[in-house]
Amino acid sequence: MIPLDHVIGLSAVLFSIGLIGVATRRNVIVMLMSIELMLNAVNLAFVGFNRMWPGSDSAPALSGQMFVLMVITVAAAEVAVGLGIVISMFRNRDSVDVDEVSLLKW
Amino acid sequence: MVNEAGLPAVYLRWIPLLPLCAALIHGITLGLLRRPISKPLTNAISCGSVIAAFLISCFAMADLIGEPAGQRRLVDDLYTWIGSGVGGQIFSAEMALVVDPLSAVMILIVTGVGSLIHVYSIGYMEADHRDDKGYQRFFACLNLFTFSMLCLVLGENLVLMFLGWEGVGLCSYLLIGFWYSDRWNAYCGSKAFIVNRIGDFGFLLGIFLIFSALVQVGSPTLSFAGIERSFHQIAGLSLALPLVGEARLVNVAGICFFLGAAGKSAQLPLYVWLPDAMAGPTPVSALIHAATMVTAGVYMVCRLSFLYAEAEVASALIAWIGGLTALFAATIGLVQTDIKKVLAYSTVSQLGYMFLAAGCGAYGAAIFHLGTHAFFKALLFLGSGSVILAMHHEQDIEKMGGLFSRIPVTAWTFLVGVLAIAGTPGLSGFFSKDEILASSFASQVPGHAYLYAIGLATAGLTSFYMFRLFFRTFTGECRASAELQKQIHEPGRSVLVPLLVLAFFSVTAGYMGLPQVWGDLLGIPESNSLGNFLGPVLAQGELHHLEHATEYLLAVAAIAVALLGFGLAYLLYFARPGLADRFADALPAAHRTLSNKYWVDELYDLLIVRPTVFLSDRVCYRILDAGLIDAVAVNGTAHTVRALAAHGLRHLHGGLTQSYVFFMIAGAVAIVGYLLR
Amino acid sequence: METPLLLFYLFAALAVGSALGMVLNLRNTVAGAMNLVLTMVSLGGIYLLLEAYLVAALQIMVYGGAIVVLFLFVVMLLNLRQDDFAPARAWLVRVGSALLAVAALVGLLSATRGLPEAPPVPAGFGGYAQVGEVLYTDYVLLVEVVSLLLLAAIVGALILAKRKID
Repeated sequence: MIPLDHVIGLSAVLFSIGLIGVATRRNVIVMLMSIELMLNAVNLAFVGFNRMWPGSDSAPALSGQMFVLMVITVAAAEVAVGLGIVISMFRNRDSVDVDEVSLLKW
Repeated sequence: MVNEAGLPAVYLRWIPLLPLCAALIHGITLGLLRRPISKPLTNAISCGSVIAAFLISCFAMADLIGEPAGQRRLVDDLYTWIGSGVGGQIFSAEMALVVDPLSAVMILIVTGVGSLIHVYSIGYMEADHRDDKGYQRFFACLNLFTFSMLCLVLGENLVLMFLGWEGVGLCSYLLIGFWYSDRWNAYCGSKAFIVNRIGDFGFLLGIFLIFSALVQVGSPTLSFAGIERSFHQIAGLSLALPLVGEARLVNVAGICFFLGAAGKSAQLPLYVWLPDAMAGPTPVSALIHAATMVTAGVYMVCRLSFLYAEAEVASALIAWIGGLTALFAATIGLVQTDIKKVLAYSTVSQLGYMFLAAGCGAYGAAIFHLGTHAFFKALLFLGSGSVILAMHHEQDIEKMGGLFSRIPVTAWTFLVGVLAIAGTPGLSGFFSKDEILASSFASQVPGHAYLYAIGLATAGLTSFYMFRLFFRTFTGECRASAELQKQIHEPGRSVLVPLLVLAFFSVTAGYMGLPQVWGDLLGIPESNSLGNFLGPVLAQGELHHLEHATEYLLAVAAIAVALLGFGLAYLLYFARPGLADRFADALPAAHRTLSNKYWVDELYDLLIVRPTVFLSDRVCYRILDAGLIDAVAVNGTAHTVRALAAHGLRHLHGGLTQSYVFFMIAGAVAIVGYLLR
Repeated sequence: METPLLLFYLFAALAVGSALGMVLNLRNTVAGAMNLVLTMVSLGGIYLLLEAYLVAALQIMVYGGAIVVLFLFVVMLLNLRQDDFAPARAWLVRVGSALLAVAALVGLLSATRGLPEAPPVPAGFGGYAQVGEVLYTDYVLLVEVVSLLLLAAIVGALILAKRKID
């Protein structure tokens, strides 16, 4: 009913928007949120594909949704640690500007 | 694997090995352990090794004589030095020593005269305190030289001969520049070595030509016996050369080999190193530059006599160069004032005689003269060394004179040497020189009549300048300073005994090769023992047969010319001393040309040395090496990489997280885009 | 047009709109977080339309209820104000990123064209019973590993956020 290219199209658009957010914004928190957006876009694609090939009555194929569960879990863990890093960063430099943490260079 | 049948003689290896061991002992104690050994021990080791080698050589000679004439060949095969497969065939160069009549004569000369000179050096280097620390080094080099020379002479193949060839070149360099703290001596040593190397280039070309020809016909070998055996197969081959067109292989190879001989034996145009080699100690001049090393070229030509007998063009060239060198050097020797330089030019001249004989096809005569020359030239050099010692290192004959009464033994032996070289009848030099002149008269070399005339004129000049040397040095008023005159005394026994021995041989050696003409006169059948002895191993050149009467006439002409030289020298330097200077003033241009040695050294410097130095320094070093390779390739690469990194790539790593993100994503998009295309 | 498709377009527009609002928002971070919540919920709705019921529920619970809340906690904790924002990036960077995003978009879109209709789903597809059964039988190793990952994340977050031990 819902054509797969629409779903993938939406996923691609959301992914690109997240991409712009990661590459452009200077606020670390907004960067992390953009990363979450990208992960969500990927989840959408997985679910879409899973809907396209759901298997049969006797042997249902649910790998896509399994993947989505794992991605959600990993995203949660990543946000937890990432925000911990943001807090340390704020403590050290009193700012969440990502340009402040640019010591890893020549 | 021995190519030619020969009797095995295991003791032969000790002839070169004993001097080598002595040299090694000196090298290890002096160079490695840095604990020099005492002078008496040095004397014992060095002289003992050479004298032992001489005794073994005598034994080998006795062994050889015991065999019937056609089978005189002793072989000592040590091991296979180079073994390889060439185009499916097997080539091997053995480390093998061969004693046949030719090499037997040579080793006796080398070890015999060598031992005498070693003994002489004990006294000479002792009295010469210029370099006390060098005593052991001197004997080490002398022993090394003896080893190399014996390798050269005993070598069974061209490769071993070349090893010895290079070894004597090296030792010559070491010994000429013995007192190296004086830069001039080092320069003379380098000059000798470099000019030798030019000759060696020719030698190598000859080896390559012969070898490639032999490979072509299917018998790759470099041993003399093997080459001689397969020689008829390659004798007819021709080469196409760029300028001269078709040329027979034997002629080209012969000329190439002769280039090597010209370098080693100081013939035109490569003689320039020998007069400057007099910068070395006098025993060195005597051994290396009179008796042994310079004769290596003559030996090589005679060893390859089977090749030269077939190569008329090469032989003619050798004869002419020999003759012209003889005349050329004799003219320069007329005006030299350094006692050793006169003898040096005399050596060049006499070597020219030997090549003249070899070129005309009389290889036996060349070897005969080689032997007699070794005796009287060594005698003359050692005598001059004695004079130099007596005069406290004064070498200018214009500052000598009147020494006859003060150093009589030296004077008498020197006189014997001068008489021998001038060709006094009955002494050795007369017979050998006469045989050479006869062979040039009888040869078939184009223009041989002119060659004979050149040889005769040179004999006259030789007589003249040798007597000039004698009179100026030993007779008349002593022109040295007064305090010097009080200190002139005869050197010690170790110096005088070799002089006496050599004087004896200068007189008697001629009778070993007494040409048949004289034998018939004296009623001795088969008088030319040397010639007969060497006959089976040397090729027979194409000479006209001379009647005995013709030969007597030639001898008379030679005696006349020698007497003329003596008479002129007597007049100018004994009876009326002032006359010589008036002659010189009358012909200033000629005198200047001869004094400056025809400006040959200056010519070489201008034409060859300077362009080479210019090329090496300005072009090869500065432009190519420092400019191109160092600056552009090595430093340039470094600079380019650094510039690229410092000004270019560095900016990719700004430290900004988002730029990293950007590049990562750009890369990912590119890859995925490529995969999804 | 059928209802599911219409709903899909509605949710999609909502998701894209709030995503843009989050990324392009320069006012404050809280507004961004709110926009993110809206995106998450819209996506949950779309999952429902795609018959992934348990996943939809988890999406709303975990993403919208936990993760974004975590973001808000941190924003409140750090007390970020509006004037804490640095000026935006140079226009070149923005244009470049936009181009990159468009390239990604085009690439992805061109890859999925002309696919057939979706087949009917089996009974109970996407429901908690079926997903749970598959999860704890076929993918049980995955569950264990992920639990370890969560443990590591907890420990890491604790250490990172801790103040110095006196």
